[in-house]
Amino acid sequence: MISFTLNGKPVNSTAEEDTPLLWVIRDEFGLKGTKFGCGIGMCGACTVHLDGEPLRSCSTPLSQAANASITTIEGLSESGPHPLQIAWIDAQVPQCGYCQSGQIMQAVSLLKANPQPSEDEIRDHMSGNLCRCMSYVRIHEAILDAAKNMQAGTTGGAA
Amino acid sequence: MSAELKAKVPTGAASPDALKLTRRSFMIGSVAGSLVMGFGGFLAAGSARAELAAQRFSPAVWFEMDASGKTLVNIAKAEMGQHVGTALARILADELGVAWADVSIKHVDSDPRWGFMVTGGSWSVFTSFTMLSQAGAAGRLVLREQGAKLLGVAADTCTVSDSRVSCDGQSISFAEIVQKGDIDRVFTAEELAALPVKSAQDRNFIGKPTQALDVPAKADGTAQFGIDAEIEGMVYAHPLLPPTRYGSVVNSIDDSAAKNIAGYIGYQALEDPSETLQGWVMAIANNQWSAMKAARAIVVDWTPGPTAKVSEADIQIESDRLIRQPDSGTLFVNEGDVELAGESAAQILESTYRTATVLHFQLEPVNATVEHRDGVWHVHTGNQFQSLILPVLAKALQVEESTIVLHQYYLGGGFGRRLWGDYILPAALASKALGKPVKTVFTREDDARLDCARSPSLARLTATLDADQRLTSIDHAAAAGWPTLSMAPFLLGDGVDGIGKFDPFSINGADFWYSLPNHRVRAINNELAQKTFLPGWLRSVGPGWINFGVESFMDELAHATSSDPIAFRLSLLDGGGKNAGSAPYSVGGAKRLANVLERVKAASGWGDNLAPNEGLGVAIGYGQERNMPTWTACVARVQVDRASGKVTVSDLYVEFDCGTVVHPDGALAQAQGSVLWGLSMALHEGTSIEKGQVSSRNLNTYSPLRLADVPELHINFVESSEFPVGLGEPGVTVVGPAVANAIYHAVGARVRSLPIRPEAVLAALKT
Repeated sequence: MISFTLNGKPVNSTAEEDTPLLWVIRDEFGLKGTKFGCGIGMCGACTVHLDGEPLRSCSTPLSQAANASITTIEGLSESGPHPLQIAWIDAQVPQCGYCQSGQIMQAVSLLKANPQPSEDEIRDHMSGNLCRCMSYVRIHEAILDAAKNMQAGTTGGAA
Repeated sequence: MSAELKAKVPTGAASPDALKLTRRSFMIGSVAGSLVMGFGGFLAAGSARAELAAQRFSPAVWFEMDASGKTLVNIAKAEMGQHVGTALARILADELGVAWADVSIKHVDSDPRWGFMVTGGSWSVFTSFTMLSQAGAAGRLVLREQGAKLLGVAADTCTVSDSRVSCDGQSISFAEIVQKGDIDRVFTAEELAALPVKSAQDRNFIGKPTQALDVPAKADGTAQFGIDAEIEGMVYAHPLLPPTRYGSVVNSIDDSAAKNIAGYIGYQALEDPSETLQGWVMAIANNQWSAMKAARAIVVDWTPGPTAKVSEADIQIESDRLIRQPDSGTLFVNEGDVELAGESAAQILESTYRTATVLHFQLEPVNATVEHRDGVWHVHTGNQFQSLILPVLAKALQVEESTIVLHQYYLGGGFGRRLWGDYILPAALASKALGKPVKTVFTREDDARLDCARSPSLARLTATLDADQRLTSIDHAAAAGWPTLSMAPFLLGDGVDGIGKFDPFSINGADFWYSLPNHRVRAINNELAQKTFLPGWLRSVGPGWINFGVESFMDELAHATSSDPIAFRLSLLDGGGKNAGSAPYSVGGAKRLANVLERVKAASGWGDNLAPNEGLGVAIGYGQERNMPTWTACVARVQVDRASGKVTVSDLYVEFDCGTVVHPDGALAQAQGSVLWGLSMALHEGTSIEKGQVSSRNLNTYSPLRLADVPELHINFVESSEFPVGLGEPGVTVVGPAVANAIYHAVGARVRSLPIRPEAVLAALKT
């Protein structure tokens, strides 16, 4: 049995230790917002945070989550939508939407470490996340907008 | 199955006539406290209210307003990122006069009452616009009449907007009108067609900004995709795919290594009476990971089918052989006399263009969850073409179609992949064999192996010039595997000489809007491709690769005649003869194509000074079908590194004329995505068939465009009140040739294959 914190709550998983964290999150704990895309950590649809750092849950065994704090899209913000989620809606980013939980989780980790990223820094940080609908122009725009709004304190307080 | 489906759609046509409503009546009636509106066939029960209460309606327009004035619009189209429900509901709501805040949408299941269910071809707005407008207009008329009656005024003095009927300072809400009940009206098809619909300047929603209804749930993780479905008591079945698409036979199965995997239940070899799946084995477990591990541990000995050694090169050699046979294929265009033109030609130019196999790579791997309950097969999945796969599922399960229901979910990408629902069968057959609900989620690698990939293609274009260097003829032959032949043969078209069939989705684009005295097009099926894999419909279908040949060749002809590539094209876009266009769908004809070309010339700085090794390339297109033209023009700005052959696209300038734009921001999103798809297929994607299957199966070897590769996009729409056409795909069709033409302009290297790899640019630089 592996114990960890999931979106702030202590949980115990009975899954085999080699089970990718993704399936534990989705199927054992029923949090379906995190998605399965490639299974080899190269599309980013499965991105969650482990102790605040972005992590590809499809290729991370459950054992690595032991005693760690895992955050998914469902636990991103306790007080209303995260400023990035607001920016995502304002910029009308999602098309099919399948990659977007992972995109947002990846973007949150960027702004946490670097609240005012340059355009190149956004490109570098986000290019591991595939959007097959190619909503990239809007992903870029939403991150810039969120950074601006968070700096100005105009949206939400969660981070 | 084919005959039945054929009766529902005309061959090879996507016009709104495909859902002809001429004999259908429109009914509006008070039912159980709501006001229900929808199309019906004929009045069996004698009144609209009785018909609506019995839910005898079809096709796909049915909506109801409850006692609080909230209007629920049923959407029979798949939501796969195009925000289709928003666009369709806006068309209806605008005419109806309902406040947008009162509108919600619901994506419906595959009940036959919804009529022919398909989402693809950039058809949704085009095929729905007229009936949604008319339905809304009829609803508004009835609400106005009823409102006027309740207010005690004359109906023609009332106005309708914002969910209210108003007259001389007094007004009544839709909610109050619905609450009074007592509405029972039928409009004949003729009456409906005669109703006045709003003129463009009176519209409140069409062409006005709004947010898409599906976006919020896609920003907080709550949107439900097929992969998120769960059924109590289900087991997980994971496929072991056979070595060939067709004809593989299972000799033996050894699961000894799987038996020590916790949660492993057993395996199941599938018997499929529909012969869609041949030689499949499923590993069964009580959780997803154990099923995946078991599938890797089980050893199956197969005798592969006959195509186990076929390669992409074999397929292209066969296409080349077929094209060289002068009588192969089906005549798609035959105007004037290309043979005669050839005899009197002063100069003959010929080029051959190739495109490699392309994967859909929709990000949600195909999946399905299936349960047999109370005599009904419930299928939970996202699907684009329910009417096509239902009969196949019925045959596979050996049950009546009426006992199968497809429950629709958001699609984690469609792009044509989910037009073919073969991915439902493994779960369905396993569920039948096991007597339990089954969930099947493909791995990315198996998703790629099962993919109905875009076929490798080969096209040869031959042109003749007279002594004055005027273009006198083009003879075009194009060979590929044909999706429609395998999956929907009832949609094949007939040769123009009455001989043979062609796949419109593998040749559209060749019947361009340039005026030529002599023009011939042969569409050729590559049988080797057809036997080896399942060719698929992939975003922008035929024009996605046909237009690469056409527009590259036009560029070569322009240079051969020392003409400016834009001026050369404009000289052929005279709008004469069949290129004049016709009402209502192609008003203006080739002149509208010339207009977007002029616009993109101005927007792109065409003719300005360029840096060394920088180039501009142009391409135009008419979208998907001549009877639904989306006038499109693109200029690509590229920089080429002569040492490495690396191509950088810095800017894409694209002008669209798609007639009326219903949802402007949604249209822009589709334009952005489709243009980047075009660029991705031009430079980044592409794989090959090796040993009978696609060789690239995941992102370690298949590399769609990423955020770092995105150029500056300069996209504009022509303001227009013409009939709305399609927008999901046309942007794809112009980028590949524009980039290739820009490379030529930059460094003089002519590349004639997609994708364009640096080594191909280097090789072309040396010639």
